[in-house]
Amino acid sequence: MSTRAFPPEPGGVDPAANAPFKAPPPIFHARCMACWIVLGTFALVVASFATLDLQWAKFFSLEAAQRMGKFVGELLVPATDPGFLAKLGVASLETLAMSAFGTLLAAVFGLLLALPASRTHADDRALARAPTRLLLNALRSIPELVWAVLLLIAAGLGPFAGTLALAMHTTGVLGRLFAEAIENAPAGPGFALRTQGVAEGRVFLYATLPQILPQLMSYTLYRWENNIRAAAVLGVVGAGGLGQMLAFHMGLFQMSETSSILIAMMLLVALVDVLSYALRRGMSR
Amino acid sequence: MAATALPAPALRDPAWTRRVFWAGVAAVLLVPMVVATEFKPWILLAPDNLKVTLRFLGDFLPPKVAPDFLAMVAREAWRTVAIATAGIVLALVLAIPLTLASTAALSVSSLSGRMHALPFVVRQAVRWLLIVLRSVPELVWALVFVRVVGLGPTAGVLAIALTYSGMLGKVYGEILESGETHATTSLLRNGAGRLQAFFYGLLPQNAGELTSYTVYRWECAIRSSAVLGFVGAGGLGQQMDTSMKMFAGAEVSTMLLVFIFLVWLADLASSGLRKAIG
Repeated sequence: MSTRAFPPEPGGVDPAANAPFKAPPPIFHARCMACWIVLGTFALVVASFATLDLQWAKFFSLEAAQRMGKFVGELLVPATDPGFLAKLGVASLETLAMSAFGTLLAAVFGLLLALPASRTHADDRALARAPTRLLLNALRSIPELVWAVLLLIAAGLGPFAGTLALAMHTTGVLGRLFAEAIENAPAGPGFALRTQGVAEGRVFLYATLPQILPQLMSYTLYRWENNIRAAAVLGVVGAGGLGQMLAFHMGLFQMSETSSILIAMMLLVALVDVLSYALRRGMSR
Repeated sequence: MAATALPAPALRDPAWTRRVFWAGVAAVLLVPMVVATEFKPWILLAPDNLKVTLRFLGDFLPPKVAPDFLAMVAREAWRTVAIATAGIVLALVLAIPLTLASTAALSVSSLSGRMHALPFVVRQAVRWLLIVLRSVPELVWALVFVRVVGLGPTAGVLAIALTYSGMLGKVYGEILESGETHATTSLLRNGAGRLQAFFYGLLPQNAGELTSYTVYRWECAIRSSAVLGFVGAGGLGQQMDTSMKMFAGAEVSTMLLVFIFLVWLADLASSGLRKAIG
């Protein structure tokens, strides 16, 4: 029993002389969010491994190890005969062109779609904002490779389908980023022009665009870096470039050719990273 | 007119020559790109192409909702999630030891001056391994594994595991080294082992960021596991590929909708979880 102050102070809570007894917190509590998250994650992992018929026996078998060993052994000796290298160069240029031109198309269409998808000032009713954003989201949520497969039907085999596929997906991504940039641009210059009665198109060209142009360029260059990676593998489904060569030579189990193609892919990715970095540096100076 | 009138403002754009020059460069670069990509938009409108496309697209509406087909799509959607989850778990199994091996913050020899030669070489070698794992696209790994273990989810899981272990390992290392390492070095200086220093110093400081990045990568893995199906690694992509080859537009549109829904759900789960972690 604790001793209490007597008489109790008016209006005050009487202080307990000893700290009241408190049970240690229970380890599991129904409102313990973290416990549920951990439990849920664990259940998801167990269910995933249980329901997939993973063939570990096959993967760890001697035969698979031999085949893997043979693959890796051949991968270490890239093919270097001149005829093949010439073809490889052409395919690399094709991939580079696909990524750059796809990004360019996406930047143009992204900007065109970003205009209706943004609310530029408080009185702007922006009726087209919701539907345009829905379109952008739909474009964005379908990956490049799925676009490529869909577009093969309309555009036929070759780099054209790949370029369009990159442009489709990237238009969704860039359109949304551009719209955010337009909405977040400082409103002052636009407001100043609007009070003078300048029309919306010119307000965009002379007030908004100059302010956000560096941001737009850096988003576009960043997507170009992503797109060169995507363009390299798009060809696997028949959309031209290095990927198409890769699928062809891998299908014939020509691993030394495959190895050269992989090296070309990595060099191309590194080249675009360097170019994009240099361009960004050049613009920010 | 006043004699002190200002000179007439320049009517010409002062940056005119520069603009014209860069526009010219752009045009010169554009031509070979258009040629190399065989950019011929009019073939989209060629009559026989257009007929096929319109028939395929016309078939999109309404999407196919036969009960047994929907059950199959649901099963494949689950498989897509399961491939991503199993792949991420295996990637973690690979990435965590590699991160521990490559983190310079856990180096004992660098407490006093420079890191010794052998640990330095080992750390650099592990970093290069991570770079190689990451720089080969998962689709290429999937193509390799499809040839080793045959068609099916095993190839997808292995492909995601290898690529994502490289990504996770690299970013984990960056997260661990970018933070404040004072607690860790204190522990190491006072005689704690590397693992002890990790569990009591580095991990508690960076747990939130590490988890949040892992969850984000899980979301990415779901997207890529759907794509891996197109080379035969199981899941939604494989079924989509089959339907696409049969020009079954209604089936494709159902699966596209399910796929968009799945990505949206993963996005929601991931951003919710990351917000909860804080």
